[in-house]
This record gives sequence, C-alpha cells and structure tokens, in this order.
Amino acid sequence: MTTLRHTRLSGLEPLILTPDLNFVNVGERTNVTGSAQFRKLIKEGRYEEAVDVARQQVESGAQIIDINMDEGLIDSEAAMTRFVNLISSEPDIARVPIMVDSSKWTVIEAGLRCMQGKGIVNSISMKEGEALFLQHARKVRQYGAAVVVMAFDEVGQADTKERKIEICSRAYELLVNEVNFPPEDIIFDPNIFAIATGIEEHNNYAVDFIEATRELKKRFPSSHISGGVSNVSFSFRGNNPVREAIHSVFLYHAIAAGMDMGIVNAGGLSIYDDLPEELRERVEDVVLNRRPDGTERLLEIADKYKGGKAEVAVETAAWREKSVVDRLSHALVHGIDQFVVEDTEELRLISKRPLDVIEGPLMTGMNVVGDLFGAGKMFLPQVVKSARVMKKAVAHLIPFIEEEKKISGDSAKNNGKIVLATVKGDVHDIGKNIVGVVLQCNNFEVIDLGVMVPTQKILDTAREVGADIIGLSGLITPSLEEMSQVAREMQRQDFHVPLMIGGATTSRAHTALRIEPHYKSPTVWVKDASRAVGVAQSLVSKDLIDEFMIKVRADYAEVRERHKGRGTGKQLVTLAKARAQRYVGEWQAYEPPTPRTPGITAFEDYDLAELRTYIDWSPFFNAWELAGRFPAILTDEVVGVQATELYNDAQAMLDKLIAEKWLTAKGVIGFWPAAQVGDDIEVYAEVGTAKRKPVATLRHLRQQVDKPVERPDFCLSDFVAPKDSGLQDWIGGFAVTAGIGIDEHVARFEAGHDDYSSILLKALADRLAEAFAERLHERVRKEFWGYQPDEALDNDTLIAEGYRGIRPAPGYPACPEHTEKGTLFELLEATTHTTVQLTEGFAMFPTAAVSGWYFSHPDSQYFVVGRLGREQVEDYAKRKGWDRTEAERWLAPYLDYDPD
Amino acid sequence: MSTLPWLHPDRVALIEKALSERIMILDGGMGTMLQGHQLDESGYRGERFSGGLDSRHEHSHDHPGECDLKGNNDLLLLTQPEIIRGVHMAYLEAGADFVETNTFNATRVSQADYHLEHLVPELNREGARIAREACDAMTALTPDRPRFVIGVLGPTSRTASISPDVNDPGFRNISFEALTANYVESARALIEGGADTIMVETIFDTLNAKAALFALTELFDELGARVPVMISGTITDRSGRTLSGQTAEAFFYSVEHIRPLSVGLNCALGAEDLRPHVQMLSRIAGSAVSTHPNAGLPNAFGEYDETPEAMASTIASFAAEGLLNIVGGCCGTTPAHIAAIAAAVAPYPPRVRLDATQAA
Repeated sequence: MTTLRHTRLSGLEPLILTPDLNFVNVGERTNVTGSAQFRKLIKEGRYEEAVDVARQQVESGAQIIDINMDEGLIDSEAAMTRFVNLISSEPDIARVPIMVDSSKWTVIEAGLRCMQGKGIVNSISMKEGEALFLQHARKVRQYGAAVVVMAFDEVGQADTKERKIEICSRAYELLVNEVNFPPEDIIFDPNIFAIATGIEEHNNYAVDFIEATRELKKRFPSSHISGGVSNVSFSFRGNNPVREAIHSVFLYHAIAAGMDMGIVNAGGLSIYDDLPEELRERVEDVVLNRRPDGTERLLEIADKYKGGKAEVAVETAAWREKSVVDRLSHALVHGIDQFVVEDTEELRLISKRPLDVIEGPLMTGMNVVGDLFGAGKMFLPQVVKSARVMKKAVAHLIPFIEEEKKISGDSAKNNGKIVLATVKGDVHDIGKNIVGVVLQCNNFEVIDLGVMVPTQKILDTAREVGADIIGLSGLITPSLEEMSQVAREMQRQDFHVPLMIGGATTSRAHTALRIEPHYKSPTVWVKDASRAVGVAQSLVSKDLIDEFMIKVRADYAEVRERHKGRGTGKQLVTLAKARAQRYVGEWQAYEPPTPRTPGITAFEDYDLAELRTYIDWSPFFNAWELAGRFPAILTDEVVGVQATELYNDAQAMLDKLIAEKWLTAKGVIGFWPAAQVGDDIEVYAEVGTAKRKPVATLRHLRQQVDKPVERPDFCLSDFVAPKDSGLQDWIGGFAVTAGIGIDEHVARFEAGHDDYSSILLKALADRLAEAFAERLHERVRKEFWGYQPDEALDNDTLIAEGYRGIRPAPGYPACPEHTEKGTLFELLEATTHTTVQLTEGFAMFPTAAVSGWYFSHPDSQYFVVGRLGREQVEDYAKRKGWDRTEAERWLAPYLDYDPD
Repeated sequence: MSTLPWLHPDRVALIEKALSERIMILDGGMGTMLQGHQLDESGYRGERFSGGLDSRHEHSHDHPGECDLKGNNDLLLLTQPEIIRGVHMAYLEAGADFVETNTFNATRVSQADYHLEHLVPELNREGARIAREACDAMTALTPDRPRFVIGVLGPTSRTASISPDVNDPGFRNISFEALTANYVESARALIEGGADTIMVETIFDTLNAKAALFALTELFDELGARVPVMISGTITDRSGRTLSGQTAEAFFYSVEHIRPLSVGLNCALGAEDLRPHVQMLSRIAGSAVSTHPNAGLPNAFGEYDETPEAMASTIASFAAEGLLNIVGGCCGTTPAHIAAIAAAVAPYPPRVRLDATQAA
C-alpha cells in the first residue's frame, strides 16, 4: 500500500489535512448567498463589520473560511478583492487558509490574486465541457491552490449516487492525467441537496451523497469530500434548532462514510449525542430515508423545538463582557476598531479628564502592543491595525480635549510641534506613523511629511510651522547616511531645533558617531515608539532639557570614545592629480562662438502660451506621485485614469491662468567675455585677450574621483578657453520665473479649502518656469548666442537634452555650491529684471524660478562633482576669501571627511 | 507543475548530478563587494549616464542629474561591468558552483525609483550574460566541475499583501497582475542572457513570490520549455515569520506548487537564527534545501561582521545535521566566507532529498 500524501494548505500558518483531523470545518458565514446578514453588510459597504463576521468564524473554530460574493447587486470581483485584502491584514483571521467561492471564474481569480497562502478554489466543474474545466484547473495550479470539483457535467448536476461517482471519477482522471494535478489537492463536492421537501424524489438525496462519498473515498483515498451542509435542511428554514439537528445527524453519517470537509456554520453545530432522543430519531429517519412517512413525522414535532435557540446576529464575543478598560486594551491589542468609539466614550464619561483616557488605558494598550511586537509575539500587520484603533479613539477624544482647554482657559496650547519624516530614499513609515500617533496622543502636534522626504522640505516645513522638534525615521541602511546629511544641513542652515532619530537601522552608536557630531543642538536617538514621548517631553521642557542633554551627551561621548579608531577611509585622488586629469579641449583647433547680443537682455512679460508648448510633463506627474513617462502615462494600466484626469485638470487650469493672466513670467539672460584660470572662470566687461581685470570670478569645484586616465575629472571651468590660449571665449547666464502673482491665487484656493487647485497651480508654475528655461536656452543657441542658428528639435529631443551646450544651475551636481548664485544674480542684475530674490540660504523666491550658467563648448556636459577632500575645500575657501569653516558649512553635504 | 521539457536538459542533468553527489555552493553578497569599490555618483553613472541622462535613450530629467543613481547596484552591469564580472570571478575562485546575477532590483517597479524602467530588459540580459561569461571561463579551467548561472528575481520595492496605508488595511500599492508583468519581462531577459535557473529570492511577501511563480509558468508556456526554479524566502526577524506574517512552513506550502529545484531561506538573519527554520524546510520539502544567510546580524552601522570562520563553523553543523543541499551567503558575506563555507561542508554528504525533483 502506498503512503498517502496529505493536503498541505496555508494561511499565515499551515493546515495539513491529516486523517486524525477527521473533519475540517469551513466557515460559511462570509457568504452573501448563505447569510442575509453578511449580504447586507457587503451591500452597504460595511466592511469593518463584515471582517468581524470572518473573525467570529475563526474564533468559533473554522479551520478554513469560505468567501462568496455572488450577488447580482454587488460588484463581486471588487468585493472579493477588497474583502480578501482586508482579512489579509487581520492576523487572527489570515492565519487560516481561504476558500474562494464563486460560480464566476473572474471572481475566483480576483480572490486568488490577493492570497499569499495556499487556499482552495470552490469550485470548477465540467458543466461547460472538458476544455474549460481543464483550462481553469491549469490556472488553479498556476496560482498554487487546491480545488473543489462539483459533480456537475454537460448533462447537469448529479443527483444519484451513480451519477455522482461517475462525474467525480471522470473529473479525477482528467485532472491527474491531463493537468498533473496532485490527487491530494482535489476535493469532491458531490452535491448536498435539500431533503424532507415533500417531493418524494428528494427523500434519498442524503443517502445518495453519503453512499457516493463512501465509494469516492475508496477509489481516491488521497482526495477529499466536501459539501455545503446547510443545503440539506433548507426546507426547515426559520427553525434553526431542527436545522442544526439535521446537520448534526447528516454529518455524523457522512463523516463515517468518508466526508472529511464541509462548509458549515462553525459556531452553530450541535453535537449528535446531545440531541434530544425524539428529535434525533426522527431526523435520522429523514436523513437516512428509513421510512416513507419520515418527513411528516419530523414536521409533527418540529415546532416543539423551534425558538429554543434563536439565531444571534453577531455572537457577542466573551471579551465584550469585560470592564471597559479591559475592552479597550483588548481592542488595541487585537486591532478591532468596531467598538472603539463607544468604549472610548464610555470611559471618557467616567474619567476626570478626556486626556486621562489616552494617558491611561490607551497608552497601556499601545505599550502592550509594543512589547508583544518587540518580543516577536505579534507582527507588522497587527501593529498597523492597532495604530488605527488608537487613531480612531484619539479622534473621538480630541474635540473634548479642545473643549476642556477652552473652559480651563488653558488656551489651545499643546506640548509642542513635531515635524516627522522618513528621509529621502526610504519608503518605510510604519514605525514613524506609530511614533506620530503616540506623540499625538500625548498632546504633541505632529506634522507628518510622509516618506522619501527631501532634506530641504523637512527644514522648510520646520521653519514654516515653528517646529519644536524634528524627528527623522528610516529603515534601510542608506538612510543612516541620509540622516547624517540632514543633520549637517541643519547645522549649515543654522537650525537650533532638537533632532530625534529613530527607525530600525538606527542606533545609539550611529547617532553618537555619525549624526550628533554634525549638529550642535540636541540630537537624540529614540529606541522605539514607547520612548518617543519621554524624550520629546524632555526636549520641549525648559526645566528638563539641560539635565537630559547633559546625560545624553555624556553617553554619546562615551560611545565615541569606545569606537575610536574605526575610520571609513574613502579614497579620493589628490587635488593635484584630479587637476592633472582635467578635461583638455583642443583649443588650437577651436573657435569660440561670439554671442550676437552680448551683455544683458531682459524679458519683461514672456508669453505663457508660448511656454506652454515647452512643458516637460513627466516631472509634473512625478510630483503627484504618478509614476511613468508622458504621454504613455495617460494610458497606463495602473495610473492612466488618474493621470488623464489630472492632465485634463491641468490643461483646464492652464487655459484659465493664461487667459486671465494669473501669472507673469519674467526672465533675463546675459553673455560676457570669459576665460578659464585654473578651476575658476574670470568674467570681463570688455572683449579683448590682453591683460584684463575681471569684473567677477566664478568659482568651480572639481571631481576628485579615481578614474581611468582616459576619463577626466571634470570641472565646469574646463569648458571655457584658458586665459593663455589667446582665444576670446564667452560664458552666459540666465534667471527666469513664472511664479509672479501666484500668492494671491494660492491664498484664494486655500481659503476655499481647495488644496487640490492650490497644489495644481504651484506645480504648473514650476513647470512653466522650467519650460521658460528650456525655451530660452533654445533661443540662446539659435538667436542670442546663435551658435546653432539652424537647430530644429522637437520638444522630446529638447527634454532629452539632445543639443550642444549646457545650462548647469548653482546648487546642482556640476556646481553644487549655492553662494555662486549670488554672483550670477549680480552679473544679471536678476532681482531688478525678474523680481526673483535670493534667500539667506540662496534659495530663489518665488519658488517657480530657475537660474544657471550657459556653456557653449561642444564637449560641455553635465556631471556630478561628488565628494571633496579637505585639500580642495581649503583651496576653495582661499579662492572664495572664506575661512575653512565657512567653506565646510556651505559644502557640508559633499565633504569626504569629518570637519573638526 | 508543468510537464514542459527543459530548455537546457544537459545543464539540468549536470546540476542534478552534482546535487546527488555533494553540497553545492552558492556565491555570497554582492553589495558588500561593491561597497569595497567606493563608487560615487559618477562611478555609478559611468560614461553612459554621466550627463544626467541615459545617453542611449531619450530620457527626461527635471534638472540634469538630479535623480541620484548611486545605490542602483544593478545599473553597474551597464556602467561598471568589469567590477561585476570581477565579483563573480572572485566567488567562483572561492569555490562557488552557482553565481547569482546582479539583478535583484532589475524589475520595472524597482527601477522606477531611478526613472530607469526602460533599462529592465537590458539589465537582466546583461546580468545573465556577464554571469554566464564568468561561469564559462571558470568551467573551462575546471571542466569536471561545471558552474551555473542563477537568474535572480528580487522581491521588488512593493508588497502585494500589506497595506502601505495605516488607515486602510484593504489598500494595496501594487497588484498581482502588475507584478506578474514585471517578472515576465525580467525573467525572459534573464533566460535570453543565458541563466541556467531562475531564483525567486529574498521573499518577504509570499504573494509577490506567487506572482513571480505565476509569471514563470506563463513564460515557460510561451517558450515551450522551462528552466529549474529555485525559491528562497526571508524570515525577517526572530518572530520566525516572513514580513507578511507567514511561518516558514506556511510559506513553503504556498510555493511548492511550482515543484522547485530547491527551496530555502536567505537574508535578514545570520545562520544560527535560521537553523530552526532550515530544519523545518528540510523536514517537509521534497526538493533540495538551500540557505544563504547573512554574515550575522547587522551591527550599529548596518555592517555585518560575522567572520568567515564563525559562519563556516555554524554552517558545517547544519551540514553535519544533514539539512543542506545548497549553501552560500547573503549580505555581508565575501569570497573569504564562501571559501570557508565550501571547505567546511566538503566532508559532509548532501541532504537526502525526499523526492527526486521534476523528471521532465
């Protein structure tokens, strides 16, 4: 005898169908065709409660849950997708395998696409012929599921024992021989039909099922027999005690015959031996078709048992009987948000202050969650659910807390404002979200900037809102470096706000060694969400902060002491070597083009309609986090609809803003005689190659990358003819804006709570400014500098920069040092001509502005300067007339060493 | 699951033969080796991307060069192929039978972070081609010991069964269909480039892996032939679960329908922490069992510092227990680790496989 292979299913946990399981309960209540209550919940979109039905099934002992959304008025595919996704986030439900149940293949497939475990398809059949049956069976295998085969063929549904055996046997042979389907993954459903209907032909249906089961189990011992048990008692609708008795008796005999799985109400099964003697006997007569008057005899006594046990809509779980404090804790730990508002309200009414509810039971519950998670007894999806319960409770309490503050005269002052962000390059934010929730619960105002937040956005927001603390989070290792950069940038931009560091890869050691030294104000590593509150409170308290920071700093100093001697040792080439490996133009053979319009040319009010055609749309969509290239994005499978809608809105607003002149575009360009002197470019007032005094000197930085000899270490000055070459070369510059007048319209939108339009306008102004820069650069090449008068490129080629010459912007990778923008603005008299101003940090305002240099050399190209050695920084400081510290401040993100 | 013929029956026969004779050796970490080269932004860009754009394609950038490419290790296949080839050779010289292609993030969703989706087929093709060249060069030196290319399909940067939105657990930012399309594209190019097997690895969400397996069956149908599939999951922490919440056992049942050449675990943990889970797979899997752990857990700086000797000694105890068919290293491991592991497991016979893999 061969050993049988066991069916191996899984949800989050395995379920192996070994013979000692005897019978597997498949929960039937999450089925819109079988449960009126569940149907109502789904139809009304009350998915949270629908999820509770699933939970109740599992709690009641369902080992698998059957999900069916076949209802004419429901979008079954969407409902299946949403429901399976929702229960996948509930570990106490998702631990069991799922049975996707539908008569429509597309609905089954929708369910399969959401299941990480190995579940069951219910069902396929030969109703529409062998070809379709086999096609579906192959797909089921591809998705890695087991399958229920219904005893249904081209002729119809099998009702007699013989037909049931014949159809199931034929299906088995096809599955095993044609599809290579594992026998243990085949589950037969030989059809359970209603008995005791008053129609004589129906009387033997249960017997037919039981006897077919016996034979099938003998023929195919590895396979399983299942069925929808409640069908058998259908004629006793409204009399649950009798129905349950019929189920018990039916199962008792069917299981003995080999039925080893069934779709049942897991919470509502009576035990065969517990049935009253009289009832059991008469039910048995009917199920086993033992006497012709069986149905009448059961009907005689049926009413006697009616109402013994009414159907309970949603069974009240035992935890609902506990005290309100325990209930809240239970809800948090289990992530159940169904009752959280009423429980929170109940507790609020008996608490002294609404805040007590948060600081007491809610925080206690969250601490339990944190501890369980930390101990590996709970995992991520559940923590996320818990956070949601917490948020709902807090949202309920906030109005009361505000009210109390008004009454107590304690003006709406909170503990402090905290700006939270997951740093650039990192998308993990669950931990950060939890920290945010916990801090909010402790009366901090949290401004959460989300994920992949660029440094400047964090700092700008912190300035804007007057943050009391900045909190950075990250999970992946590159985020460690990014956080260090944020700290340097905070120092460079003269911040004094305390900095909190958190996230899975962060550590006390990393913070002490690589972050804290770069930022002079308090920098503290926070181990987990539970510590965040204590740290934040210490940092915002005038009484606590000094003592707290003395301890933290002493601690970090000690960590640094212990780690002494560990260095990074990055390898840049020396400045001398980099300069020796410069780009060298073939100047003898080169004739620099002379601009047709030397000096400054200003554009007072540039035509927006012209700029519109130069817009590069791809970054516009990226700004809205719609990934893809324009115009393909408009028909993208995933984001196409949204992208098209957004594009239409943008076009409509463009029409309007141009027609009504919401925005004014101003620009200025200039060309000056120039020559390369080392890494600098000297700019002159007059043409001529004799000894001249420069009116300005542009300072540039050189790559110090260890490259093969044939690849130069670039510096932008390499693209201008050297002073001693005897050539008359030129450099150009530009500054443009399309953001003049925007404030008034942004304010108008925001007053109307129309954030969408406000953001749309800002994004469009940015695009117009970029388009302006692109268009002017084109005209510079063709007209003003005029070295490519015949250039004819379409917009795509322009966007792809398929032309001669570059327009690098100070602050961007080829010339990363921002203060050079000051020189550019002076040369152009940019503020006079365009109204664009430079902030202290050399950012442009209005923000819809672009500025940069023009280089015309055919070999000029964009590159990234990258990291700088101390030697070059010292050299640069000397050239700029700075001390080294100031140079290090402006070049902080690019330093290849730790400044003292 | 499919009964299609092998695309390269001779290669499969060689792998099967080696598996029946000894514990086979996978290579080690790629990231660690690349860090040693200290590449900066311009190093990653190479010449082709030095202008802030792909000089061979029209490709839009807001500001030239604004989107950093540093960290896009897969891109090095195109910009620094000699470095990648060098890493492969170093592992082969250390004794690896298999090298994994440097294509962990060479899927459309992952490359979207760099706006380099258009490179996906090229990255995978080149990844397989470079690994193929290295393996063939090594096989020429040791003809009795052929070397094999594993085409790597990584997990992507999205999760199909976890909501990124705390307020809506039903939300997903990637669909099964989208993942399937991604994987078909990448796997096709890996096979075109010469991969002997495909490994779906570092699986932290089993639904992503199921999409990859679904994609492979679609692709095999299209090709009319198949290559062996290797599967490697990731237990993310000491809770003993994947990120999406499955136990190692539940994970295996979710993927065994592909009838893999091997199933195993890699990344996230060091060897010692993986032991109970490898034991579990060894008990239940009919296929070969593999593991390529990290060099311990990351220290405070995100670095891995378990020594080759310490790691090899733990792995040797796995082999002594009869748990292993294939072993190698993941994050933080180096050729020194692989050489030490190869030496340490050499005296032990391979795990007895519960059932022969797929006779075609």
